[in-house]
Amino acid sequence: MDWLYIFEVSLAGLGAGALYALTGVAFVLIYKATRVVNLAIGEILMLGGYVFFGLVAGAGLSVWAAIPLTILAGAGLGAVVERALIRPMLGESPISVFMVTIGLGSILAGLVELGWGADPLRLPEFIPNTPIFLGEAYVAPKVAYGALVAALLIAGALAALRFSRGGVALRATARDQGAAYSMGIDVGRVFSLSWMAACATAAGAGVIVGAIGGISPTMGIFGLSVLVVVIVGGLDSVAGALVGGLLIGLVEALAGSFLGGEYKLLATFSLLILILMIRPYGIFGTHEIERL
Amino acid sequence: MRIGTLKLSYAADEALFDTKVQWICLALLGLSLILFPFVAGPYWIYMACLVAINVASATGLNILTGYTGLVSLGQAAFMGVGAYTVAVLETRVGTPFIINLLAAGGMTAAVGVVFGIPSLRVKGLYLAIATIAASMILHFVFSHWDLTGGTRGLSMPPASLFGLALDQPHKLYWLIIPVTALMVLGAANLFRTRIGRAFIAIRDRDISAEVLGIPLLQTKLTSFALSSFYAGVAGGMWAYFFRVVTPESFPLINSIFYLAAIIVGGMGTILGGILGATFMTLVPEVLKLVVGWLTPWVPDALSLLAPIRTIVFGALIVGFLIFEPQGLAEIWQRIRRFFHLWPFRT
Amino acid sequence: MSDGLKRSSRETASPILKVDALSLSFGGLRALSGVSFEVREGSITALIGPNGAGKTSMFNAISGFYRPNTGRIIFDGEDISRERPPSRAKRGLARTFQNIALFRGMTVLDNIKLGRHAHLKTNVLDALFYRGRAHREEMELRAEVEERIIDFLEIQHIRHASVGALPYGLQKRVELARALAMRPRILMLDEPVAGMNREETEDMARFILDVKEEWGITILMVEHDMGMVMDISDHVVVLNFGQVIAQGRPAEVQNDPAVISAYLGSGDLAERIRKTEAA
Repeated sequence: MDWLYIFEVSLAGLGAGALYALTGVAFVLIYKATRVVNLAIGEILMLGGYVFFGLVAGAGLSVWAAIPLTILAGAGLGAVVERALIRPMLGESPISVFMVTIGLGSILAGLVELGWGADPLRLPEFIPNTPIFLGEAYVAPKVAYGALVAALLIAGALAALRFSRGGVALRATARDQGAAYSMGIDVGRVFSLSWMAACATAAGAGVIVGAIGGISPTMGIFGLSVLVVVIVGGLDSVAGALVGGLLIGLVEALAGSFLGGEYKLLATFSLLILILMIRPYGIFGTHEIERL
Repeated sequence: MRIGTLKLSYAADEALFDTKVQWICLALLGLSLILFPFVAGPYWIYMACLVAINVASATGLNILTGYTGLVSLGQAAFMGVGAYTVAVLETRVGTPFIINLLAAGGMTAAVGVVFGIPSLRVKGLYLAIATIAASMILHFVFSHWDLTGGTRGLSMPPASLFGLALDQPHKLYWLIIPVTALMVLGAANLFRTRIGRAFIAIRDRDISAEVLGIPLLQTKLTSFALSSFYAGVAGGMWAYFFRVVTPESFPLINSIFYLAAIIVGGMGTILGGILGATFMTLVPEVLKLVVGWLTPWVPDALSLLAPIRTIVFGALIVGFLIFEPQGLAEIWQRIRRFFHLWPFRT
Repeated sequence: MSDGLKRSSRETASPILKVDALSLSFGGLRALSGVSFEVREGSITALIGPNGAGKTSMFNAISGFYRPNTGRIIFDGEDISRERPPSRAKRGLARTFQNIALFRGMTVLDNIKLGRHAHLKTNVLDALFYRGRAHREEMELRAEVEERIIDFLEIQHIRHASVGALPYGLQKRVELARALAMRPRILMLDEPVAGMNREETEDMARFILDVKEEWGITILMVEHDMGMVMDISDHVVVLNFGQVIAQGRPAEVQNDPAVISAYLGSGDLAERIRKTEAA
């Protein structure tokens, strides 16, 4: 058995997993604050990639100007979506809101195809491409830098959630909406902020994912893996998103290299069913107590 | 004005169609379905068959999701199980189509029960995701099993009735429409009995239902089995209709399509399944027509068709959920109520 | 004389339900500890106690929603402690809920019919075709529900209404109707008159007495309305902090020092709180 190869594959998997974790954190942010399962997260990520492409290739901006603008655009999209589609669904069944986000995903995918065509595109190169070695193991530089940026962003998000006023408000709202509201927290604003922060994060992740693998209107499929990540980790747990992200990245990479590409989804979804059977609310998810 | 509604027996009060007007409407509908293939062109007969297959599958999903409250994103994959069962029986065994359709339903019901087992522990959205997992696993089996012909899939001969090959839509019409009508009628009957009531009870408050004497696992699995049976038969009819079954025939997006159909039509009403599936099947065709008219003015209109369909599909889901959450069935009820008092109140 | 005879026959009647040294805890919290009492066939037994005394927990344990840690529940001479809720329901343990648990997606009639679920035999195949057994059973059920239950509880006018739109008092009555459709041998009522005005309370008390007298059904109820409890019950069990502190006839319990201090204790506390707030 070639241990070095396994090690390299695992590193690549963990690198991809860092991006899953980042998008997963965005997902959990929305779920914690608003109890909405946002299935459009993959499409929002895709839109991030395309906006970045449009700004650089279309408007001719430099990469470093385009990145913050893309993230800003993500935040803007989050605010609009929350106001126009999610707020009216307040109090409806979770399933209905979940379907709204599926519809939103479909709209976004259609719009992107309408604007940029169905063919895959490559983002301009901006990540350094000097080979990186960890000991003897080779890590693709894009993956390594991508994971590094993802880790920094996650750390930033965690710090904000822990220490900033908005973060505290969000955690309070997640714990008990009514109580938070009566303590003077503007719950509507928290909803709005959480969607903005999450969509900005997803758009940023889209730039990295696009830089590594290119962009296409079917890129939203990334969201499916993220969905597995947050279900495995537990929908309302940031720690779950981190652990789940790395775990799923690892499993996908190992299954893909040793069994074949078509086994990736099979492996992750089998893992998903297994974990749901043992822990119906994910590894770190909160079990809701039922009352008669 | 609605009159003549005095009932003299409990049976009359519990009938599916309780007024003369309803019976007349039903008779007219039946008559037009019989006359339809003699007056309509091949394209519209083709569409009618497709609509009927989707109505059958959507009705099945409605039993599970609309009435029992268990959200499934696996309906298309379950249809695949039915389609493959029919294709395998037709090519390898050669049994008559009625047997094959029933076998497709039975096989799919069994598969549905297996994937329904997590539903006792796993609830709500977690269950919806678990059904996505089920469809991924089924998709993998379709494309890797020798019996199902791997990624190339299976081609099969047409259904035959007394030596007559049902190889054209206008012949299959006489198979698909009656089978679908029976399935819809069966679903409507279901909700006049204890079985249907138990489903609704589980949807509304599953834990109190248990204390009132409804065994949860058994009832949930019954719902899964029924819904998958419907998917299986629908998939079987689909196989006879297209006669080529491949793993790509039943992607996840089709499962979303059926869920969208019952949302647009109206969850938890039989009429909703019918209206929703019809509407959602016809919308892309209407779009195609519109784009066709635009071609003289917009040169590459046809290439825009695919993304526009995707957008309209999403917009319909979002629009109905926000503005008409009870779906088309509710709009229909509103029209009916209007005529109950017409012309005295307008 | 007949009254005295009734009473003595009641006291010799065998218990239909026996709770034996039942304990229940959630995490570290003890909801019930070593609770024992009996419900005699044909009686109205009331379970009373201050808020948080464990009354509803007791109900949930009897209907099988909670699994007790130790102790037994004996129904009709058989130990049912290990049985799932549906089979207990089938034996004839019927109940209503403190927070009305009607099914909002169904009409009043369907809600009541649902109560009979465990006793019907229609299977899926019958149901799909609605022939033979399905049709026959439904018609028999409809006739019985109409003639025995709906007429009895005077809810003819709302039979086709959807339950969500009904006022509170009527919803409580529909819940009672559904429980009666379960063919109960013992009817467990969780706060049947909570939140009702005087008139509605009297109506409900009359229904409860009629159920006992005319239908011969044993009743176990949790209730805070002391007036009603003392008026209609034959036997009262008082719980406090998860333990039985007294039981007996209404008059005996009323004068029991432990009961007075349990209720007055909380009253005293209320008095003290009011004084501190005023100060």
